[in-house]
Amino acid sequence: MEKRFDEKTKSALFEYVLRLADDNIIIGHRLSEWCGHAPMLEEDIALANIALDCIGQASALYSLAAKIDGAEKNEDDFVYFRNENQYKNLLLVEQPNTDFAYTVARQFFYDAFTIYFYDELSKTGLDPLAAILTKAVKEITYHLRHCKVWMLRLGDGTLESNQKLQSAVNDLWRFTGEMFFKDETDKFLFQQKLIPDSQQVKNKWNKLIEETFREAKIKVPNTLPNTAKGGRIGFHTEHLGHLLAEMQIVARSFPGAKW
Amino acid sequence: MNIENSVRKIFAQLKQVKDPEIPVLNVVEMGIVREVNFVDDKVEISITPTYSGCPAMKAIEDEIKKTLQAEGYSNIIINKIYSPPWTTEWITEEAKKKLKEYGIAPPEGIAEDDFLKDAIAKPVECPYCNSRQTQLTSQFGSTACKSLWVCQSCGQPFEHFKYI
Repeated sequence: MEKRFDEKTKSALFEYVLRLADDNIIIGHRLSEWCGHAPMLEEDIALANIALDCIGQASALYSLAAKIDGAEKNEDDFVYFRNENQYKNLLLVEQPNTDFAYTVARQFFYDAFTIYFYDELSKTGLDPLAAILTKAVKEITYHLRHCKVWMLRLGDGTLESNQKLQSAVNDLWRFTGEMFFKDETDKFLFQQKLIPDSQQVKNKWNKLIEETFREAKIKVPNTLPNTAKGGRIGFHTEHLGHLLAEMQIVARSFPGAKW
Repeated sequence: MNIENSVRKIFAQLKQVKDPEIPVLNVVEMGIVREVNFVDDKVEISITPTYSGCPAMKAIEDEIKKTLQAEGYSNIIINKIYSPPWTTEWITEEAKKKLKEYGIAPPEGIAEDDFLKDAIAKPVECPYCNSRQTQLTSQFGSTACKSLWVCQSCGQPFEHFKYI
């Protein structure tokens, strides 16, 4: 992947792969915060398992980013030694866990996106990225299935569970548009026919969300879905800094430490 | 000794390496070891992760190196490959039997289409009493590759190795 492209394409691909890796490390870290705190043991285990998959996908993607870049970097350099404005993840994934309904809604929006997006992206034949994503799609299928069950149970559950899920959906809705937003990097790679059209992914995402909302008795929020963006250029909500502080403190206090 | 024999010998030696999470299975019958090659004076072992985040992979890599070093190989390279992605279809029939004896319901194939449609998984067979009157408790078990079930016929909770 690293040899056959010119410098401009290589740097766009590096940026692109880094974004995908950042999405996964941040949502993986958020999920891991539930470990030991989930409402019941099975859910504690489930969230930690999903977190591991996301962190594993991030690890493979960071290794690939390092290869494209050609610099002597490893996954830890990307994860522990970059500041907030160097992270290029979606704003959605950095939103705090808040409560269980909020975590379920956040994960459902993200899984419903990545399952279609990674599938399309893996078809463009960009190896070895395609291989990493093909594997990820299989894992995400289980994540999505799990989240969908919770969407239905909470939405179509008690009055209280429905209200909590509805309020989470209302609050997170404004971050969903960023998943389909195309900036210069996306447009350039799309022109090179290296990445798929996000419109197709968006249509599939919309369909799954609408079907699930209907079944879960959740109303589509009447706010615009694309009012919050900036993650892809390093402009984040106030929550990312706190997350990074916790995630990076040990590595930055003892650089190069091993166990 | 020709190359083919050497490769076969290494595969046989790697059968000593167990999956740390499921100690009845070895990494060869799990389908984790994909290829063995000799390049100059090096032995290259290509392995594929079961799940992207499987924490056992590092332990498996270390164990493969240790085992082959004990067999006299000094220059061992381990490559991680992602394509084609690991599938439970690579688990041998014999290994599936061992899983069942160990109390883990082995993976059963599911047509891709059904996969997302039915949010509630189809009942798997209880490894203790073979009943299909079983219920899913959680999609995720002690490891990412397993789900939690309970048998309504014999009352036994059990783990199921998920199809992937």
